[in-house]
Amino acid sequence: MEKFTKVSGAACPIDQANVNTDQIIPARFLKWTRQMGIGKVLFHDLRFDAEGRERADFPLNRPAWRDAKVVVAARNFGCGSSRESAVYALYDYGVRCVIAPSFGDIFAGNAVQNGLLTATVTDAEAAEIMDALARAPDVPITVDLEAQTIVCGNKIFRFAVDPVRRMRLLNGWDDIALTESFRDRVAAFKDADRAQRPWAMPRESA
Amino acid sequence: MTEPQTLIDKLWSAHEIVRRDDGESLLWVDRHYVHEGSFHAFGKLAERGAAVAEPGLTFAVADHYVPTRGPRQAIANPEIARMVRQVEENTAKHGITLFGLDDPRQGIVHVVGPEQGLTLPGLLIVCGDSHTSTHGALGAYAFGIGASEVAHVLMTQTIWQKKPRRMRITVSGRTAPGVAAKDMALAIIARIGTDGATGCAVEYAGPAVRALTIEGRLTLCNLSIEAGARCGVIAPDEATFTYIKGRPYAPLGADFDRAVAAWSQLASDADAAFDREVSLDGGEIAPIVTWGTSPEDALPIDASVPDPAREGDAERARRVRDALDYMGIAPGKRLTDIAVDRVFIGSCTNARIEDLRAAAAVLAGRRSKVPGLVSAGSSLVKQQAEQEGLDRIFRAAGLEWGESGCSMCVGINGDLVAPGERCASTTNRNFRGRQGPGARTHLMSPAMVAAAAVHGRLADVRPLLAGRSL
Repeated sequence: MEKFTKVSGAACPIDQANVNTDQIIPARFLKWTRQMGIGKVLFHDLRFDAEGRERADFPLNRPAWRDAKVVVAARNFGCGSSRESAVYALYDYGVRCVIAPSFGDIFAGNAVQNGLLTATVTDAEAAEIMDALARAPDVPITVDLEAQTIVCGNKIFRFAVDPVRRMRLLNGWDDIALTESFRDRVAAFKDADRAQRPWAMPRESA
Repeated sequence: MTEPQTLIDKLWSAHEIVRRDDGESLLWVDRHYVHEGSFHAFGKLAERGAAVAEPGLTFAVADHYVPTRGPRQAIANPEIARMVRQVEENTAKHGITLFGLDDPRQGIVHVVGPEQGLTLPGLLIVCGDSHTSTHGALGAYAFGIGASEVAHVLMTQTIWQKKPRRMRITVSGRTAPGVAAKDMALAIIARIGTDGATGCAVEYAGPAVRALTIEGRLTLCNLSIEAGARCGVIAPDEATFTYIKGRPYAPLGADFDRAVAAWSQLASDADAAFDREVSLDGGEIAPIVTWGTSPEDALPIDASVPDPAREGDAERARRVRDALDYMGIAPGKRLTDIAVDRVFIGSCTNARIEDLRAAAAVLAGRRSKVPGLVSAGSSLVKQQAEQEGLDRIFRAAGLEWGESGCSMCVGINGDLVAPGERCASTTNRNFRGRQGPGARTHLMSPAMVAAAAVHGRLADVRPLLAGRSL
């Protein structure tokens, strides 16, 4: 996984609450692998109409936000389905950070596994950043994970991020390698647990 | 003296292998369910040349992509055929039991797990599907995970998690006839919002929850994720043990008795503290339908949809306007004046035998005014329904009786609601485009879907139940 330290670039406001993962990537694209270019179908049905034409009113289609590295949204971004393809689509499109007041739990977990930062701000701060972007679409945003700051024009916001996730992103840590280092503890747990909870094993003869 | 513990604490600590100083815990996984969508994770294993750590604790189903109509063994769409083939190949390669298309036990993962006795009280269960919360109905700690985590569980049989906050939702009193577990769940989501339980594990408690059948509890816990919860759990009781007894993978004989003794300890201690408490009066819950594009957009059937002009908050007004616009409903319209184009009875939320019975009880001797599909939660549920003659009731009403799978809940097998069409559905998500691009979904209980079918519009099921046994 790539390390995340800082990202600077265009930020696209999506001023909606409860943007669910069905919106981020519709289910019919879940068959796709990343090699197929999953970033192309990010927000597909919001970005394109039934004939495949771009919807001019969707923020990501506006020239200033087309190459967004940051997405700013209202509360509960990424709720719904556990599809990790939602994170793949954002990341492969070029987005490295989503700023919102809250996130779906599974989405936020998937994000950290793939180097995508979920930066939590208050409702008022999210609204303020989105408002600033609406007034001045070209204003670049810098998100600094080390300092936990968002610089938007001449304003600086602090964001919250789980400290564990912050460390993992900063270091590009891989879960599997970490878990391997606990191999003996896992084996000991398994042995003790089999004795203590024999009923937890599926019946063999089924 | 030890501090009083909640059920959530007990389940958590029984699985905690390591707790790091930073607060993350490594948890042991008792059951891992996989499906066609898990191909990303198997791909990650292949990249590393890794093996599955515990194939005996891993169980696979074919559910998300399987056809509900036509020949199942020769799937016409090559992309869908590939999805089903991949799960067959990946499970064969790693020695994982698959309830595949040719297996009589095939069905939706969250129906099959409990049905087979794989889901038991006290287990920690994960699956790459958000509705894994379903299994908490039997007293398991069960949650949905993403593909990277699926790969991690496949390789290690463990998962890193931060302990969620503990929330208790108590439903007091008793629900009225015609009010189902689905109505209880939608009432909760309407009350606390679609992120009302974000970051929380939820324990459902109270007499109205206790009075639910196991199948009703499965529906309630299934919808925990629609309130943002990590998982939902109900303390196991006699009804749970009776449900489990004799199921294929459940302990037998003396082993079962020992298990029941252990499972009986799985309850919150009397003085245990929760981080958050919410209470509802079960007697006040009416049959509910959703009107908008989020499960929190839910109202009793005798209500009218909101009018953005009457919303005090500008942000809320905008959201209501957007939702009504997508749904094609005039502001302030009475719910019972909304005509539907089709119905769907199915999904991990509401396609168990009791759900099918509830819908059939309404439809018996009546015709549906609109087309619709009924897809049983599992092939065994389908078989049982046919033994009970429910399929004949659905067919006589004019509905299609299909095979089991996720079907029109998510639409990736090709069962779609057409653009602009309105569907009364027993499923779990009324998101924009969920049942197909441009599809308009109203969520409700199986009996309420049957009522919508009979009237061709959203309707209160209660008058239709007069003189009928439920």
